[in-house]
Amino acid sequence: MVAQPFSDLTEASRLHRIIASFSAVLLGSLLILIVGFAPVDAVHNAAHDTRHSADFPCH
Amino acid sequence: MLTATVAGSAAALVLTLAQVLWISPLILEAETYEEAAATPDQPEHPAWQPENGWPRTLATALANTALGLGYGLILTGLYALRPPVNAVQGLAWGLAGFAVFFASPGLGLPPELPGSAVAELSLRQHWWLGTALATAAGLGLLLLQTRPTLRAIGLLAFAIPHLYGAPHPAISGSVAPDALLTQFRLATLAANALFWLLLGGLSAAMFQRMIREETR
Repeated sequence: MVAQPFSDLTEASRLHRIIASFSAVLLGSLLILIVGFAPVDAVHNAAHDTRHSADFPCH
Repeated sequence: MLTATVAGSAAALVLTLAQVLWISPLILEAETYEEAAATPDQPEHPAWQPENGWPRTLATALANTALGLGYGLILTGLYALRPPVNAVQGLAWGLAGFAVFFASPGLGLPPELPGSAVAELSLRQHWWLGTALATAAGLGLLLLQTRPTLRAIGLLAFAIPHLYGAPHPAISGSVAPDALLTQFRLATLAANALFWLLLGGLSAAMFQRMIREETR
């Protein structure tokens, strides 16, 4: 069994999936921004080595 | 959510191991050169930072977990619209993530050791974010669309940040020796590739399993 393709869904479940997808991407992006781009010094210092190794701009 | 949590944490764990064994020693070595070259004008109240040793490793592990969760959520969010049919397709999603968040920004702004001369932070951050977004849009149009015009626009989106060029300092250079930097770039490349392949493969396999259980 595979997930139903998006085009086969009813209007309501399409909307449901779009909202679920959007929320997950938004929450994920927020986490990335906090780890990689937060201007707070303490957060920056805690995530310092992660930033350097994940190629986020640092210093 | 569960898929993103488990796959993200597992990939983060592997990333943390790679850091402890390979990357962090290189960063620490570069910091000895950085400190030797630094001028002694330290601020009066320096911001909190984890002490070297286990507090620093713990902070890095936590940051890696947040990173794994974040990237995991982005992937599974996209799976909701484009469900992967098997783990191999998950590997392809992982490769796409590697291209968007590491390889493409890294072409212009490669991973730097502490103590390297770099352009102003906000310039680099804007270029990095713009490049990641453009690469994501480019890959989406190139690989998920069939119309030739859309694919051509995808190629263009992929190329524009690199044609524009990443911000670089007037005089570049690093206080750390070149050999250390080469090893650091190799280590980060390998660790990030492994991280993304694992994240893609695991998240797709778990996503599939979740759907099977739901439809049973």
